Amino acid sequence: MSARRLYIFGGIALIAAGLLFGDIFAVFMLHQNAARQGEALVAASRAVAAGNAAAVNEVFSHLGNVLEDRGTKVDAHVHMIDAGFLALLLALVQPYIALSRQTKKSLATLFIAGGVLLPVGIFLIHYVGLTGSPFAAIGWASVLADSAGALLVVVLIVQAWGFWRYLRSRQLSEPELPGFERPNEDSMPRRALLTGGTILVLLGFLHGAYYAGTLLYEHERMEIAILQGLINAATTGNLDAATTEVNNFGGLAGARAVNIAAHSHIIEFGLLAMLLSFVQPFVFLSEKWKRRWVKLLLGGSVILPVFVLLELKFGLLAGGIADIGGLMVIVGLVGMLVGILRYTGGLDAAERGVTEGAR
Amino acid sequence: MTGSRKLLIFGGMALAAFGMLYGLQYALFVEHQTLDHMGGSLAQSFSEAANRNLGQSQTALEQYGETKYDYVRQVDAHSHWIGLAMLMIVLGVIFERVNFSEGIRQVVAFSLLAGSALFPLAVILQTYHHGAAVLKALAVVGSSLVIAALAAAAWGFARPARPLK
Repeated sequence: MSARRLYIFGGIALIAAGLLFGDIFAVFMLHQNAARQGEALVAASRAVAAGNAAAVNEVFSHLGNVLEDRGTKVDAHVHMIDAGFLALLLALVQPYIALSRQTKKSLATLFIAGGVLLPVGIFLIHYVGLTGSPFAAIGWASVLADSAGALLVVVLIVQAWGFWRYLRSRQLSEPELPGFERPNEDSMPRRALLTGGTILVLLGFLHGAYYAGTLLYEHERMEIAILQGLINAATTGNLDAATTEVNNFGGLAGARAVNIAAHSHIIEFGLLAMLLSFVQPFVFLSEKWKRRWVKLLLGGSVILPVFVLLELKFGLLAGGIADIGGLMVIVGLVGMLVGILRYTGGLDAAERGVTEGAR
Repeated sequence: MTGSRKLLIFGGMALAAFGMLYGLQYALFVEHQTLDHMGGSLAQSFSEAANRNLGQSQTALEQYGETKYDYVRQVDAHSHWIGLAMLMIVLGVIFERVNFSEGIRQVVAFSLLAGSALFPLAVILQTYHHGAAVLKALAVVGSSLVIAALAAAAWGFARPARPLK
């Protein structure tokens, strides 16, 4: 398998796995984790009211554990998908990387390995902790994650060097990906993915600008005000008011989370759609099935962020629909991956045939 | 390969590598300590309140707010540098499809590169000067450059191709 095919196959597999992990996390862990955070804050307010500082520290130790559990899973999800995106990107630029075929293949293998080990390391941080670690704050799982991250950086630097060599020699190291120049390549799936993807990214940018301009600083001020209100209520022994503040804190955390999730997911899906428009010539399926996967993927790309935002108004019903949107993207992606498997299988069989014929 | 494509692909790869290196050094040398400090300040705030030291409780809560302000911006800058770099590389591969003259394409590409570098940089600099209006304005300028460049690229994609002479 050539470096380009390794990047395409590995990249789509990483993205699909990252999305699936995110969907499982959203359905089975996200809301339960938020409830545990709320319970911990209620317990902290009771400990403050009772004047029990030791109990407060115990509650916060538990809360740190709950937050680490959530944070490492979100990070694993994000890093797995981003590594997949980068792999697809590197597939696109392979013709402009002036390195030997074997070097490029080795770099692709290292990149995919790093892309798998980085999220695995992050996921394990919560479970491994500082067990057997010689460092004060960094455990072995962090070492694994950081080493995998360093591996990705090294591969990227070598690729940049290869690109620099191309700029000096001006010689393509392999044929370019089939472009949009030929009319038969400018198919509906490619155009829909490219146009839809650009619009999704633009919408995500506009939403991000709106959030940063109108809500970000307000949310930061509200968080401190709510915590101050919680502490004041607890010290005066007003436990009902303290519980109300904990609920306000949960509401604020939810508002922040859905805005950030909608912003990041719509851009991610837009970028994914644009990237997938390039690999359509490698999807060995009939035009009808290609269109179906594209419609499913773009439909899910709109449904997920829109219904994530609507969670604030409609609660778990909207959350459930958002999860279905995520599932639609995964199914569309796996459908394309099957098409790419069929393509690479055909190429490998043809290469074997040529080799055997030469003997 | 045209100048605009080179700018986007090479600039994107350089920005992605820089964003990753920044994230790596932050994860290795700063993040764990910052998270410990953030959690510790919040716990201390509640703990002081339990001991009825309300002044110290408020100081610890303010420290928590400031540390979280920095942490959010550090992580945002890291992820936005890499995300925008990936977008630049993708656009670089298909920039011939943006139906403008090469001169306009170079302006769009440069705006995207400048905005992608400037916007997260202004966000990070806010951690050194909390709430500085100049830095907020720089972040707005950077993000506006990115949005304008992307809107121009989308318009260029939608425009019909000129017939070959």
